[in-house]
Amino acid sequence: MPHSLAIETHELGRIYKLRGSKKETRKELVALQDVNLTVERGELFGLLGPNGAGKTTLIKVLTTLLSPTSGWARVAGADVHADPESVRPRINMVSGGESSGYGLLTVRENLWMFSQFYGAPSKEANERIEALLEMVGMKDRMHTKSSDLSTGLRQKMNIVRGFLTDPEVLFLDEPTLGLDVGASRDVRKFIIEWLKADKERTLLLTTHYMVEADELCDRVAIINKGRVLACDTPSALKQRLQKDVTFEIETSPLNGLTMQMMEEQPEVKKAALTEIEGGARWKLSLVEESALARVFNLFAQKDVKVMNLNKRQPTLEDVFVELVGRSMAEEESNERSE
Amino acid sequence: MAAWLGWLIESNWTDPFLFAVYSIVKPLSGAAILVIMYGIISGGNFNTPLFPYIYLGNAFYIYVGAVMTGVSWAVVDDREHYKTLKYMYIAPIYIPVYLLGRGVARFITGSIAVFITIMAGVLFLKVPLHFADINWGLFLVTLILGVVMLALLGLLLAGITLTVARHEGFIGEATAGALYIFSGAVFPLDVLPAWIRPVGYFMPTTYWLELLRRSLVGNVAQAFPTLANFSNLQILGILLGLSVFFGTVSIWVFRYCDRLARERGLIDHTTNY
Ligand SMILES: Nc1ncnc2c1ncn2[C@@H]1O[C@H](COP(=O)(O)OP(=O)(O)OP(=O)(O)O)[C@@H](O)[C@H]1O
Ligand SMILES: [Mg+2]
Repeated sequence: MPHSLAIETHELGRIYKLRGSKKETRKELVALQDVNLTVERGELFGLLGPNGAGKTTLIKVLTTLLSPTSGWARVAGADVHADPESVRPRINMVSGGESSGYGLLTVRENLWMFSQFYGAPSKEANERIEALLEMVGMKDRMHTKSSDLSTGLRQKMNIVRGFLTDPEVLFLDEPTLGLDVGASRDVRKFIIEWLKADKERTLLLTTHYMVEADELCDRVAIINKGRVLACDTPSALKQRLQKDVTFEIETSPLNGLTMQMMEEQPEVKKAALTEIEGGARWKLSLVEESALARVFNLFAQKDVKVMNLNKRQPTLEDVFVELVGRSMAEEESNERSE
Repeated sequence: MAAWLGWLIESNWTDPFLFAVYSIVKPLSGAAILVIMYGIISGGNFNTPLFPYIYLGNAFYIYVGAVMTGVSWAVVDDREHYKTLKYMYIAPIYIPVYLLGRGVARFITGSIAVFITIMAGVLFLKVPLHFADINWGLFLVTLILGVVMLALLGLLLAGITLTVARHEGFIGEATAGALYIFSGAVFPLDVLPAWIRPVGYFMPTTYWLELLRRSLVGNVAQAFPTLANFSNLQILGILLGLSVFFGTVSIWVFRYCDRLARERGLIDHTTNY
């Protein structure tokens, strides 16, 4: 009987040694720290976090490409560091946003070759390749050299490569990165169907698209600066915020009204302000709905007109803001400037 | 299997025109340069034993570039170019076997170049090669042993390449270049200063080239003093011994580098050069 957990990590850590040009610039970068996760078989598990959060690093450790510097991880029942040979036949991985593959081989040849590494009988492999290409709408490109494919199609080919070997645990690193809306939808649909077809199949994907994590995943781990901040079903994560009421309000120009003034209102738990053409957009978390009157009052005092009002359901983005104190976009621009 | 996949990748590496350029025109022009240089230095005397010595040494040296450099280059190719190395890595195959497979493929393409170069020498330059006199048994045994040896040396370089993030390509080329000088490929080792000759005596390629020459044009090789005191069998023994030694070292180094690369996160490292 197979081990019941698909993925299990314990106090997993990874530190990169950065080697500058000179000795004194030697630094250490903590990419993962004390990561404790368990993923059941059959789950679609999402890792959500901004650039540099450590998502790819975690996938690399779990797929035996990178050794952890502390803690341990088991995938499909085997330790990824001590026993990679037991892990490898059971997994596969696809990274989005890069075009890999032997350019002078056709799509079919590329895929066929990889299937052979997993010991699939040739005929069976060809049938699967055809079926999978059909499902992602690429069957007509089967005999195209992969160098002649567009970036998006090459990525689709790469995704097919991941599914082709029918892994017990599949890792997808930003599978929809760089794909257009339609292709992303195809990929997401495909992921769900693949999981449905066999209850033992497990899929772990990383993304920094909130909506993708929300609509796709059974459970999501929110990760930032190498740490897992929360891990639960999307609805449970959002429920944590349910007590607040969030409104999005578009107003005319501010006439001296400041964010600080808004925040000083006792009923306003949190305020965010962005300037838009011809005015401003507010995002306000209020203790209760009736507090809206107070906000309108404030607008009236400054002669600011309300143009649009929206009550917002909490999203995973809000969960992220709650946990980190900043939006994911802010976190990413901050990361770059560091 | 891995060898066959390697062949697929290698033979599709480029279109037929470029393939022809690399496997025919390049080695031939290399040989031509050598012949011209020899012609100038020797005053046009192509009838000395030195000429076939040089010509054949150079021809067989193509295998070093093809197989040894090829195996280590496969790491760069798959990692930087095709970005497939990490997918090879997580697949349930033993990476050295796959890399050696790439080497076998390079051996086949390299053989075309070697054959053409030698034929050109026989037909146009009167390299004294008489098919009836060839010691085929010795030739084949030596050739196969040598190619295995080169592939294993390639594995050693592949391991080092794996752990070096930058300028990987040059490791294979540099080693091939150094071996060219130290293996008696185009001049006998005796030409080198005595203190540096031991390097050549330690290289399996030295004995390999000597045996290939002896098996093809026996009397010619005997004209050079370097290994004159050794019989064919003795040289074969040394070649075998050194091959086993370097092979073991290679596999050990590769394993070590492989672990190091995983620790440092270099398996999918691209330099974007
Ligand atoms: N090979 C490496 N050497 C040194 N530092 C690295 C290396 N790979 C990643 N890092 C650093 O580790 C941190 C985590 O990177 P990682 O690629 O795991 O992030 P990520 O969550 O996948 O981000 P993204 O959304 O941009 O893909 C980053 O700060 C990154 O700069
Ligand atoms: Mg990433």
